[in-house]
Amino acid sequence: MKKNETEKEEAVDVGRRTLFKAAGLVAASAAVSSTVATSSAVADIPPHHDMKATQYVFLHPAEVTFLTAATARLIPSDANTPGALEADVTNFIDKALASPWGGGSDMYVSGPWKPGTPEQGYQLKFTPSELYRTALTAINKQLAAANTPFDKMTQTQQDAYLTKLESGSVDLDGVPSAIFFSMLLQNTIEGFLADPSYGGNKDMLGWKAIGFPGAYVSWYDLADKHGINLDSRTANPISMANAPKHDMSHSGKGE
Amino acid sequence: MAKTLEAVDAVVIGVGMSGSIIAHELTKAGQKVVGLERGAGRNTVPDFQAPAMHDELKYSVRKGLMQSAQNEAVTLRNNTDQTALPIRRWQAFLPGTGLGGSAVHWNGNIWRFQEADFVLKSHIEKRYGKDFIDPRLSIQDWGVTYADLEPHYTRFENLYGACGKAGNIQGKVQPGGNPFEAPRSTEYPNKPMKQTYACSLFSKAAESLGYKPFPMPSCTMSQRYTNPLGLTMEACVMCGFCERFGCEHKAKASPQTTILPVLLKSDLFELRTHAQVQKVQLDKQGKKATGVTYINAAGEEVFQPAKLVIMSMFSLNNVRMMLLSGIGKPYDPKTQTGVVGRNYTYQTISGAQVFFDDDVRVNPFMASGSTMSVIDEFSGDNFDHSELGFIGGAYLYSNITNGQPIGFHPVPPGTPRWGQEFKQAMLKHYNHTVKLGAHGSSMPTPTNYLDLDPTYKDAWGQPLLRMTFDFTENDIKMSAYITSKLEQIGKAMGGKQVVASPRKGPFDSNIYQSTHNCGGAVMGADPKTSAVNPYLQCWDVSNVFVVGASAFVHNGSYNPTGTLGALTYHAAEALTTKYLKSPGPLVSL
Ligand SMILES: Cc1cc2nc3c(=O)[nH]c(=O)nc-3n(C[C@H](O)[C@H](O)[C@H](O)COP(=O)(O)OP(=O)(O)OC[C@H]3O[C@@H](n4cnc5c(N)ncnc54)[C@H](O)[C@@H]3O)c2cc1C
Repeated sequence: MKKNETEKEEAVDVGRRTLFKAAGLVAASAAVSSTVATSSAVADIPPHHDMKATQYVFLHPAEVTFLTAATARLIPSDANTPGALEADVTNFIDKALASPWGGGSDMYVSGPWKPGTPEQGYQLKFTPSELYRTALTAINKQLAAANTPFDKMTQTQQDAYLTKLESGSVDLDGVPSAIFFSMLLQNTIEGFLADPSYGGNKDMLGWKAIGFPGAYVSWYDLADKHGINLDSRTANPISMANAPKHDMSHSGKGE
Repeated sequence: MAKTLEAVDAVVIGVGMSGSIIAHELTKAGQKVVGLERGAGRNTVPDFQAPAMHDELKYSVRKGLMQSAQNEAVTLRNNTDQTALPIRRWQAFLPGTGLGGSAVHWNGNIWRFQEADFVLKSHIEKRYGKDFIDPRLSIQDWGVTYADLEPHYTRFENLYGACGKAGNIQGKVQPGGNPFEAPRSTEYPNKPMKQTYACSLFSKAAESLGYKPFPMPSCTMSQRYTNPLGLTMEACVMCGFCERFGCEHKAKASPQTTILPVLLKSDLFELRTHAQVQKVQLDKQGKKATGVTYINAAGEEVFQPAKLVIMSMFSLNNVRMMLLSGIGKPYDPKTQTGVVGRNYTYQTISGAQVFFDDDVRVNPFMASGSTMSVIDEFSGDNFDHSELGFIGGAYLYSNITNGQPIGFHPVPPGTPRWGQEFKQAMLKHYNHTVKLGAHGSSMPTPTNYLDLDPTYKDAWGQPLLRMTFDFTENDIKMSAYITSKLEQIGKAMGGKQVVASPRKGPFDSNIYQSTHNCGGAVMGADPKTSAVNPYLQCWDVSNVFVVGASAFVHNGSYNPTGTLGALTYHAAEALTTKYLKSPGPLVSL
């Protein structure tokens, strides 16, 4: 158990270092292109620039730091299976918040806004991107003021803080922390298990872990082979990107 | 000022499941028909094609094919003491939008109601006595009988290629089918689908308890099938992306696969998509519709005059359009008078989870929306209620229709919501859990109803529909009793843990419980207690027909679409054989 925990700490650290590195590079290259618009500026970009480094389009660096550490507690990594960190869940959340969904495209967004019963569902004015920005700003401000940044806490302290958010006992500038926590948890699960084209579930790690073979075109021949062991398929899932093209001109399974 | 177009014979509002059938029947009778559909035109190719269609996040989690909640939500309160608030995201029910309507993203379970359903009040009084019915239930007879509808059920099942095994052909019980079903004139057009592991675990257990399990009648195809319109569907390949998805394989019956290719070829039919109907316009006396007003894709207001108007906009939208147009007297729960909005019902669904050991590999992802095994012993009035204190019931079924992991990752109760223990439980149980369901009836009561919301508006400035709904005591009792039967089957399946969850109130808009919204514009023989007559014709405005599950007087233990399809053909027959010959009320008072 202890051993696992050290491994996890390391994993978190590695992730964080990569993130900072990436964020630094982005800032540097942006500064370069806006001030020195010459071709020699291009040559200034370090040769080992990692083109695969995550580019965040919505989240600020401090938000990335918190989310990366927090989602790693929601779905932790362990010796046997990867967790939210390896699956790039923070990247998934970033892209989701920048998408129309983040702007509330699937919600009725008109007022008046009134508190309702639990059965009436979500009644806040915040769209998902507004909710995250407000909550994350408040969290980071509160933790910085107390000099206890989330990523510097021990795992036990992190879990205790997340439990506080979950119970709803933290005021996040008008966002009830329980609602933020529930949305974060839901998005973390989504980022672990959604098709990789949305930026999470990297290398289909989440699918491999749970045993979901992905977007197979047909199970017709196997569906009545009850209890069949499909480990070889679930070890090599099919995502939208690596799926064979489905040709509707073929005649199907007519009998 | 609205621009006015040339008059047509008929306007069909909403080109989904029922609208496509009515439009087709009217064109066959020589009518010039315009179909107005608020959503996009879409077809199997290219819109439903894999791999893009195999996207759980977009279609199942984010509800990619549903009515825009941003444009048109529904407000909800559990009772009149509360203030209704908008359901800001679809969760409990998922009405569709776009050509084909909700019948694009449905599961395809196809049922007939029981003979008793259509005469529910008379039947219960006869079997249990006049005092048996809880006075808080506003059940009544439908004004139509099973025998009236039988040929129309058959037509619809042939159109949609229903796959099943008959249990009762002309009164003779058939082995392998549902022994409780109402007499059918013929066998299903197609054999049942292959049975998955979850189905076989359920049916073995059900048999061991003396029940008679059978395969869910499905509109996901068991084999290639050419329907009476000459359109061919393929055998379903059980890809596991069915409910909430369009079928890429032409293997699920939908308007696209069963009727639209024929309808759209007709010179008499014109489809207009992105046509958001605002109102049915009436003449000065309010007795005749003159046509409908809609907003087109460019945002212009258009008036389409027509001699006949069909609302086939899905139950909830039908009721709202009647209220917006001033057709029929709105229901008032205080005086219990008026009819539009009255007897809104839903579906009382509950479930159980059966957790197995690692050696039972369920492989939940090999499925269609309809791969289920079912028993009908506890549906409707198939069992003696005399000592039970409720009416109605539920069919019980194995409920594995997909293995999409965001939505399906069962963990035993007591598991933390997050963290290491949660993760381990999620990974451990994914392939070793079978969900079961009880699909229960919903009885009407005077306090459950639909009307227009006084505060919240849609994107065009018109009031949203307000739903005042909670489960009746009758239905809560029913669910408790039936779910205990489900739990027994779960135990007989040999799992190591069975967790049953009977439905409890208050109705919760956060939990998916089917898109079987029924009632609100119910049919009947008495205009005091029905909004439409037995042919789905408005009592007050005889050139408007309202086709949808809005006509259901109560909701039976079954999925609604089979019965809606039968009612659609029943209304179409009255329209084409009676109404067109002499337009006017088909039932005189
Ligand atoms: C996820 C899901 C699963 C389901 N599974 C089953 C099942 O297994 N078995 C079963 O029996 N039933 C099932 N159903 C229910 C089934 O889909 C419906 O009963 C059926 O589609 C209703 O047909 P309809 O013609 O009334 O409405 P629809 O098919 O929804 O068509 C209504 C059409 O009207 C259009 N419309 C609405 N308002 C306007 C307007 N203002 N202007 C213009 N057009 C408008 C809509 O866009 C839509 O295209 C399911 C539903 C859902 C959502």
